[in-house]
Amino acid sequence: MTAFLVLIRRDLALSARQAADALVAVMFAVLVVVLFPFGVGPEADILSRVSAGVVWVAALLAALLSLDRLFQADHDDGSLEQLALGPLPLWALSLAKAAAHWLVTGLPLIVAAPILALMLQMPASGLSTLVLAMALGTPCFSLLGAIGAALVLGARRGGVLVAFLILPLTIPVLIFGAAATEAALTGQEAAPHLMLLGAFLLTSLALAPAAAAAGLRQALG
Amino acid sequence: MLLEAEGLVGGRGGHPLFGPLSLALAAGGALKVTGPNGAGKSTLLRLFAGLLVPMGGVVRANAALRYLGHHDAVKPAMTVFENLVFWRRFYGSDAAAAALVEVGLDRLAATPARYLSAGQRRRLALARALDPAAPIWLLDEPTNGLDADSVGRLEAALARHRSAGGATIVATHASLALPEATMLELGLT
Amino acid sequence: MTGSLHRFANPARFQRLSQAALPWCTGGTIVAFAVGLYLSLIGSPPDYQQSETVRIMYVHVPAAWMALGAYTTMALASAIALIWRHRLADLIAQSSAPIGAGFTVIALATGMLWGQPMWGTFWVWDARLTSVLVLLFLYLGYIALINAFEDPERGARAGAILALVGWINVPIVKFSVDWWNTLHQPASISRFAKPALHPSIMTPLLVMAIAYMLLFATLLLLRVRTATIEHRLRTLAMARARG
Repeated sequence: MTAFLVLIRRDLALSARQAADALVAVMFAVLVVVLFPFGVGPEADILSRVSAGVVWVAALLAALLSLDRLFQADHDDGSLEQLALGPLPLWALSLAKAAAHWLVTGLPLIVAAPILALMLQMPASGLSTLVLAMALGTPCFSLLGAIGAALVLGARRGGVLVAFLILPLTIPVLIFGAAATEAALTGQEAAPHLMLLGAFLLTSLALAPAAAAAGLRQALG
Repeated sequence: MLLEAEGLVGGRGGHPLFGPLSLALAAGGALKVTGPNGAGKSTLLRLFAGLLVPMGGVVRANAALRYLGHHDAVKPAMTVFENLVFWRRFYGSDAAAAALVEVGLDRLAATPARYLSAGQRRRLALARALDPAAPIWLLDEPTNGLDADSVGRLEAALARHRSAGGATIVATHASLALPEATMLELGLT
Repeated sequence: MTGSLHRFANPARFQRLSQAALPWCTGGTIVAFAVGLYLSLIGSPPDYQQSETVRIMYVHVPAAWMALGAYTTMALASAIALIWRHRLADLIAQSSAPIGAGFTVIALATGMLWGQPMWGTFWVWDARLTSVLVLLFLYLGYIALINAFEDPERGARAGAILALVGWINVPIVKFSVDWWNTLHQPASISRFAKPALHPSIMTPLLVMAIAYMLLFATLLLLRVRTATIEHRLRTLAMARARG
């Protein structure tokens, strides 16, 4: 457990030293959202109609942006093999790296989401559900992303490749997350969608670290 | 026996490089692996570290080990001391400032690692690997980029470790004094 | 299990067996397609609602089945390759992917052609079409990944893991897309009509399904044979580089 926390703390410290790297994800999400009114027009009813979906897509793209570095930096400078020799099994290593990724990108995105939603004229009645759904959905991005990041270690064009591999797998998160927000906005029950999102998170939590560990093992061997 | 190999066959990409090879290293022992590029020196060390799976035979390390690979595993954004402390805490051993003295980096402890020269980075990596809490040290080309002074300090550290009951395998093509070490020369097959 | 698998792993034995099986598979494919196409295009009655356009179904539905079938083959072979470190299973998995992607493209294209007369537009975000589209992305991601490494061995390992992850995800994606579809499309919009299982429809559909299966087997055998020979050439080249 100590090693697990020590690793998370190091990753957070490294991100803090390169604060620009950490903020770039949120800035990217803001930019995507700001671009949207230019594309579809500033009419409030159109924007509020698409607000839930746009915020989710922006968050997903922003979370993917930094994923290819998740293991790559440690792989390139030899840290990954040193980490593999430590007391943590590879799945715990993947879990720690995904947790650090979530703290650096997912958490700021959750904070930014209501602001982005307000910019898109989302009625206030949807905001609390949006934040709740984000809290369940963004960890899925980091967990699934860890699989992709482990698989592309040493590959050409790793960054684009991660997005290509992971985006299809995140479709359920997008569907349940946006549906929950949508339900809250139209006065329907959001709970079923949130429960499905939670189920997806639990499944990812159980399976993704193992899959990422398998990817790491083949990258180390 | 701290390290054992029986009928060990090592290879890369499904092709055997050396073996079958049997050896044992007791407390205080040292093995010096030499041979031309591509003979499998690094592969042998990675097998002992458990980073690779043998193509045949068995390999056992019966105590905690530290491994120094080709890469230094140094984070440029952290200071010299932070780099060392992270690895020591991660492995669950003492964060000994003494290790920095041993490699002559104590005066650079608070310097961000990005300002280190290649040789100084190598010494920082050595400080991580030369951990007295682990009886087994596996060192792959430890003298890369080191000046004569640092090589001398490394030899002294290895001697101290062995007299304290440790064992080491060093793969190198440079001259490094390892008194009474078993020699293993790998050839191209 | 392992023993019997390893007998097939012997490349020479595989080449011999596949050599013997190939003419039968090829012949079977041609006969099955001839019978199937006759039954579906000429020998079956037009649908009372969709008239002649229903015939697209005989090409579309089996293609969609085989798109899934090829992915399952790929995932199973990947599992065998990961667990038993089995060279031939790797080759089967890698060879299945482009064939499966081909079936997926056929399913999508015929789905769009079928959609035109039914919905008046080539593309609707119908649950099934959307799921098949996601399946195509899964195939393309796999193909991109296995070709992204200098060392084909690494590509094979990474691809095998991805195939298994994708396989676990396929039903989840299918479920979520159905869920999304029911939220956004009222039931009044007609989906692909579940064909009433009348024998006049069932028979041509089944014959076509068998024809597609045989086609998959034939193409797979051909591709694996080629890949085996390529692998042997690479091994020889590497052995020569070592002197």
